[in-house]
Amino acid sequence: MSTYTQPDKTGHFGAYGGRFVPETLMAAITELEEVYDQSKKDPEFQEQLSYYLKQYIGRETPLYFAENLTKLAGGADIYLKREDLNHTGAHKINNTIGQALLTQKMGKKKVIAETGAGQHGVATATVCALLKLECIIFMGEEDIRRQKLNVFRMELLGAKVISVSQGSGTLKDAVNEALRYWVANVDDTHYIMGSVLGPHPFPVIVRDFQSVIGKETKRQYTEAVHSLPDAVVACIGGGSNAMGMFYPFIEDETVKLYGVEAAGHGLDTHLHASSLTKGKPGVLHGAFMYVLQNEDGQIQEAHSISAGLDYPGVGPEHSYLKDTNRVEYTSVTDDEALEALVMLSREEGIIPALESSHAISYGLKLAKEMGKGTGLVICLSGRGDKDVETVQSLIGGSEHE
Amino acid sequence: MNKLTKALEDCQTNQEKAFIPYIMAGDGGLDRLKSQLLFLEKSGATAVELGIPFSDPVADGPVIQQAGIRSLKNGTTLKDVLKKVMEIKNDVNIPIILMGYSNSIMAYGLKEFTEDCLQAGISGCIIPDLPIEEEAIFSSIKTAGILLIRLVTLTSSQERITEITAGAEGFIYAVTVKGITGTRDVFGGELGGYLKKVKDLSPVPVLAGFGISTPDHVRDAIQSCDGVIVGSKIIECFETGKENQISELIQASKGLVRK
Ligand SMILES: Cc1ncc(COP(=O)(O)O)c(C=O)c1O
Repeated sequence: MSTYTQPDKTGHFGAYGGRFVPETLMAAITELEEVYDQSKKDPEFQEQLSYYLKQYIGRETPLYFAENLTKLAGGADIYLKREDLNHTGAHKINNTIGQALLTQKMGKKKVIAETGAGQHGVATATVCALLKLECIIFMGEEDIRRQKLNVFRMELLGAKVISVSQGSGTLKDAVNEALRYWVANVDDTHYIMGSVLGPHPFPVIVRDFQSVIGKETKRQYTEAVHSLPDAVVACIGGGSNAMGMFYPFIEDETVKLYGVEAAGHGLDTHLHASSLTKGKPGVLHGAFMYVLQNEDGQIQEAHSISAGLDYPGVGPEHSYLKDTNRVEYTSVTDDEALEALVMLSREEGIIPALESSHAISYGLKLAKEMGKGTGLVICLSGRGDKDVETVQSLIGGSEHE
Repeated sequence: MNKLTKALEDCQTNQEKAFIPYIMAGDGGLDRLKSQLLFLEKSGATAVELGIPFSDPVADGPVIQQAGIRSLKNGTTLKDVLKKVMEIKNDVNIPIILMGYSNSIMAYGLKEFTEDCLQAGISGCIIPDLPIEEEAIFSSIKTAGILLIRLVTLTSSQERITEITAGAEGFIYAVTVKGITGTRDVFGGELGGYLKKVKDLSPVPVLAGFGISTPDHVRDAIQSCDGVIVGSKIIECFETGKENQISELIQASKGLVRK
């Protein structure tokens, strides 16, 4: 493969991406692009970022050889990239800390963000508390009901949580409402997009801040095994942990990359979140990308057991990597993810997030097919504490005397 | 000549200001469309902006969002809308501008959309989530002679306004608030200066829209531009049966001759 240089100067990954936003936002995203480009060359900014990544978030995270899981699979050696060990329990904070520092650099005092399960909301509220930024989180009223504990967490961290009842009252509507708020308050407010979504430059910024995952993995794997892994697996909601993991490997053709979407109740039902497999290209939230939609172009609701994968689109760069066949995209059902969550808990003493359990499930299947002596890395994007209640209600706890 | 261009030229010749009301297609059922268009035509509107309902209208406030949801609940699709406009085009004279989000047009298929618009006699399109940077993919609409109306906003720099107005077709839609559509009580003091600045640069008429909801707003705005677009208020009036207020708004635009 020739050197990978996506996106082009106008923010297009092949045909995907771009800036499909109201004119009012063009000034803000152009400013963001300029400030971001400066920050890349600014040693002081980079030093600040490294400092917080290490001292506040706890990086680097281990690349853990999962011996029991490897034995169980009986094929490839399985390594887990432990993003669950980050402060706040998932990869989301790699991005929010970077964007919060950009907010400061732009001289803006207020941050808004959308959240589905509350993971990105908590990661945003956390860095806003740290850097003394006002923080408003938009969350669908349906999700607020389902994720009470995370709502309280955000409030405890000093954020204001706004309930969104518009549309279907879920994540996509929270993004719409956050965008509307941004249009009206663009002078003093930065929008911290939570995944590799939205208008250019967001997909690039989020990818770059998350690519610390893949960079560390590559170095750690090479140090331990003296070669590159044969395959890398990550789950896909909007696609940020996967993009961060894949990006440093894109030019390494021998490394197979697998993105795992949520198949919900199954791909032959309407209850899934497999935008790349079952959707078609369209515009949502400022970018041209694969989207779940009907014939008339109305966006459809996604469904997944894991709120973090419950989004009807997948970022433009993944859309491009699908069409160019650099990444293979596949999916895992609710039941399979649940089974993988229990399995990893028992085998390794690690309770993964339901999102990450999708990657675990597919990774285990893949490891079985790969020969002994090969190596596989799975991105364990977050810990499962937030999901314990959901899991208990589904599989039940045993009775105690 | 394009019907909209002609209507705007007539305004200029008659020293009149333009008034373009926005209605949501399929709100109250598509069967209502013909009578709404005829009412607006008879009341003196220059053209009509016909909204296409979309599940995720990021540029719209609560009133238009609700109208869109009502329309979608009625099962309205863009195909149905264009079919209806084709059906009634011999009875209705007023120029029609479609206002729809990028995805509705993409899902329709650009080629089919353009052909069907031509057949239905659509004069122009306004796509609120399409800045000039992304216009190229929709260029076949322009090539077919359907006007692609561009927007400028209070956050557009002088440089951008120059670039946007340079290639403008039909008219320039000057957004009058930092925010989404919806009725407003007051406007920022910078409005008059902003409209004059856009007007100085624009080779085509400049129409102000977003938030304009009273006859006073209309009278204020037209001092510094060539006309107004009123959306949320028109929808409210049709929804609550206060068509007389629509006539009052249109009349307010006729009260002032071009300086
Ligand atoms: C633990 C975890 N993994 C994955 C995701 C999915 O997001 P993305 O695809 O952007 O990594 C989320 C989103 O909330 C999450 O919390």
